[in-house]
Amino acid sequence: MNAMDDAAIGWGGLTLSLILVAVAVGLSVWQGLRLEREMLWACGRAIAQLLAVGYLLVLVVDEDAPVIWAWLWVVAMVVFAAVTVRRRAPEIPDITRLAALAIAASAAISLLVVFGLGVYPNVGRAVVPIAGMMIGNSIGSVVVAARRIVGELADRRPEVEARLALGQPWQEASKPFVRSALRTALTSQLESTKAVGLVFLPGAMTGLILAGVDPVDAVLVQAAIMYLILGCVATNVVVIGLGLTRRLFTPDHRLVRLARTTA
Amino acid sequence: MGAPLFELDGVSLEIDDRRILRDISLAVSDDGITVLLGPSGAGKTMILRLLNRLEVPTAGVVRFRGEPVTSIDPLALRRRVGMVFQRPAPFPGTVRDNLRVADPAATDDALLAALSGAGLPPVFLDRPADDLSGGESQRMCLARTLVTRPEVLLMDEPTSALDPDARRRLERTARDLATEGRPLVWVTHDLEQADRLADDVLVVIDGRVASAEERDRFLKEDHGG
Repeated sequence: MNAMDDAAIGWGGLTLSLILVAVAVGLSVWQGLRLEREMLWACGRAIAQLLAVGYLLVLVVDEDAPVIWAWLWVVAMVVFAAVTVRRRAPEIPDITRLAALAIAASAAISLLVVFGLGVYPNVGRAVVPIAGMMIGNSIGSVVVAARRIVGELADRRPEVEARLALGQPWQEASKPFVRSALRTALTSQLESTKAVGLVFLPGAMTGLILAGVDPVDAVLVQAAIMYLILGCVATNVVVIGLGLTRRLFTPDHRLVRLARTTA
Repeated sequence: MGAPLFELDGVSLEIDDRRILRDISLAVSDDGITVLLGPSGAGKTMILRLLNRLEVPTAGVVRFRGEPVTSIDPLALRRRVGMVFQRPAPFPGTVRDNLRVADPAATDDALLAALSGAGLPPVFLDRPADDLSGGESQRMCLARTLVTRPEVLLMDEPTSALDPDARRRLERTARDLATEGRPLVWVTHDLEQADRLADDVLVVIDGRVASAEERDRFLKEDHGG
């Protein structure tokens, strides 16, 4: 029996893991949280989605399949990520287009580094999961950055307008507030980069160790992914910063009216 | 006689489908202090914001010295038409840092001249901006505006958050600036302040310039109250 066989839990293992769902449902009933139906729905939906993706992935990551299918999969992920951002932050003007732009830019840069420089081979088995991690992490950072920018400019409107009234262009007038919003959006990623290994073992590394890979090799893979995610999040945050701020001012340097957000 | 300082010609303003100003036509003289007087919510602040293009009208034309404001570069217009807001908005850092936002290349002499114009002594230049009283902070904001050497000053109820002493002192400063040849447009709902300051009064009620009859009624009601 090899290490990969050890890592495969099969349908029996999956069924046993449902005991933990039963624990969660039981706790919800005991505490009167009324989340039982939602828990069951979420678990059912998750397995259905993952199975569908899994069967599709079998086709995409097949060694004989052309790698273009993997890259088309990446494009679909970018579109879906932008739609998800829109659903999570519908109050942000023009967010779907901006999110698609930011996520595509960050994915392009990070994937170009990874596959252009040959860190990983350009094959479906590498392209899809790595792009998935980049794009998945982008969603949260785009939402946080967009909400913080709108929140800062709405809260600090008197200061922004005082600067505009002194003849500052919008780029200058908004700079201190956008900078502060972008710092906040990046800080959470920096904190998790600092805490990795000490507080939690990230998913890719856990998966590799479960699959029998030497822990040090797993660490190298994980470290490269963490750095990629950091670069990806930084790119997202800056693209959103530039694109969204421009959208919040008129061409004649007036701050548009903004709905308050909860960042 | 030259063009008025400002002219509003059939100006209306709607924000979020709410009518703020309706078909306003008025002229502001290029001399002394013009007071825009009216009850709270009448649209006085919006008129002021139209004058330096922080708002644009949904209909009508705003002119500055005879020229439509839309044909003037908005950044240049705002440096020529300085604005002091109702609540002071100090920026981080010292008073010097605040004044330098208006002109990063300004010499210390220019900053001291602006401070003096706003009635603050030179010692204030190195004070932290967030450590000033309400009156001092409002004067610093006035000084900050004066650094751009504006041709005219728009003052949006600048004394509403000040104590009576600070209020009187800022009014005296405004009068000094007007006497030195810098016209002011001063918004207030305080009739006594309008009496003390105004060379000319325009009464605004419910988003319109009041008719002679409405104006008389408003002035009497306020005196009575």
